[in-house]
Amino acid sequence: MQRIMNDPDNIVDEMLAGFIKAHDNIVESTANSRVVKAKNILPDKVGVITGGGSGHKPAFIGYVGKNMCDAAAVGEIFSSPTAAAFLDAAKAVDQGKGVACLYGNYSGDNMNVKMALKMAKKQGITIKTVVANDDVASAPKGQEEKRRGVAGEILMWKVGAAKAAQGASLDEVIAAAQKAIDATKSIGIGLSPCTLPTVGHSNFDIKHGTMEVGIGHHGEPGMKVCPLGTAKEIAKKMVDIVLSDYPFKKDDEVVILVSGLGATPVMELYVLYNEIEKLIGHAGLKVHKAYVGNYFTSLEMMGATFTMMKLDKELKELIDVPAYSMGLKQE
Amino acid sequence: MSTFDNKDGGAVLLAMVDTIQKNKAYLSDIDGLIGDGDHGVNMNKGFSLFEKNYCDKEFLFSEGLEYLGMTLMNDIGGSMGPIYGTIFTGMSEAGSNLQKISLTDFAAMLENGYKGLSEIIEAKVGDKTLVDTLIPAINSLRDSVARKEDFKRALLKMKTAAKAGSDSTKNFKAKYGRASRLGERSIGVLDTGSVSCYLLLSAMADSIITLL
Repeated sequence: MQRIMNDPDNIVDEMLAGFIKAHDNIVESTANSRVVKAKNILPDKVGVITGGGSGHKPAFIGYVGKNMCDAAAVGEIFSSPTAAAFLDAAKAVDQGKGVACLYGNYSGDNMNVKMALKMAKKQGITIKTVVANDDVASAPKGQEEKRRGVAGEILMWKVGAAKAAQGASLDEVIAAAQKAIDATKSIGIGLSPCTLPTVGHSNFDIKHGTMEVGIGHHGEPGMKVCPLGTAKEIAKKMVDIVLSDYPFKKDDEVVILVSGLGATPVMELYVLYNEIEKLIGHAGLKVHKAYVGNYFTSLEMMGATFTMMKLDKELKELIDVPAYSMGLKQE
Repeated sequence: MSTFDNKDGGAVLLAMVDTIQKNKAYLSDIDGLIGDGDHGVNMNKGFSLFEKNYCDKEFLFSEGLEYLGMTLMNDIGGSMGPIYGTIFTGMSEAGSNLQKISLTDFAAMLENGYKGLSEIIEAKVGDKTLVDTLIPAINSLRDSVARKEDFKRALLKMKTAAKAGSDSTKNFKAKYGRASRLGERSIGVLDTGSVSCYLLLSAMADSIITLL
């Protein structure tokens, strides 16, 4: 393992310490060392929180900031935060108007959020949730509730947080975030595995010259393994899978998010995006906005995710709201 | 009827810590086959934190289960934090007023642990989770209670039942947890949670036997 670290058991805490030092204009620590909170949260608004395992930088704390999430609960690498961390994140940002907890569909996160909700209720805090399930590869159509949340979570946060920043009620924020994730589909491809620093070796394999289509953010096996194609071929596979998952019509406007999984050079993400954009255009869709970069990674996995959100008037307005966080900055 | 003293039960907790520490890599390796490979690491972190915070303190068996459960729930998270946290705090609750713990008491404790768990997860036997280990273990204890068997014999039988339950997960298709998305591809691999559950029950049984 070629890693920059001290004791692997402390890697999450040391990462957090560095992150807070580097971005002290955006975030601050809280009494719970596993909860990071935005600085200067707008008064009198619904709180927006998220949380998830570590190893996905910039997710999750990288999306805490102005007009983005107000706080994030931080877990071990690829492992859900505790119920206490979710609860403390909610408490840190609750202004009496309730808290929207927007997170991804994983069994650990579901359990810990469920327990946090129970505890919050006892303490008089209202938390409502939206569970991201944008990964089309993780369960067939018709079983969307089983699908995992991947990079599409970023667009859900963007929309939900923008809605909250506009002064919307908790139910309105939840409805907007739900609409956002329902309009969002993702697919990932993996070119090489990743290694948990505490484990020391990768626990799955992607053979040289192959790629795994539909791989999960933690290396969950995908739909199929095929020979590694050109960027054009990869783009075609990804776009076909996503477009076949939901109805769209000519001239629909979309947001595209192409994220690296950690070790793929950013240059290649632009090569991929160039191909994806052409295919989207051929399908008659219009790209309203594109995000390309390492937005939601999986340690040092090689590969990428392609995420598409179909816009309506409200989603378009909310996606265009300025935001300032470590992982997403837009004017 | 043989019993063990609740106050002597601290050793049982340390035996549980020990088995997790020893099997850290093994558990992560099995998890890596259909999960993300961190089960052993996270279990080890939680149990070792409990050891660090409580190894020099005196506590009852029932108290130790509470401390361990709370450590897992409040400091570790993941899936195993709430799952084992709920089981151990449930066991603790059912044993908190006991001075001496009999087979009947121990069976009731484990049952109460499962009761708490069933409130947060829906998994049933056959779904390829630790429930496949836990339920046969509880059934075996219940059966031994009904037959008025000796505590030691009951614990040995429970171990066998738990092992068979854990082994049975190899034949199942995962319905819950991270492996559930693999469908058929999860067949042929043990469920890691069922293995750690077997290891913990086994360590508990072996350690309790030395106290009888």
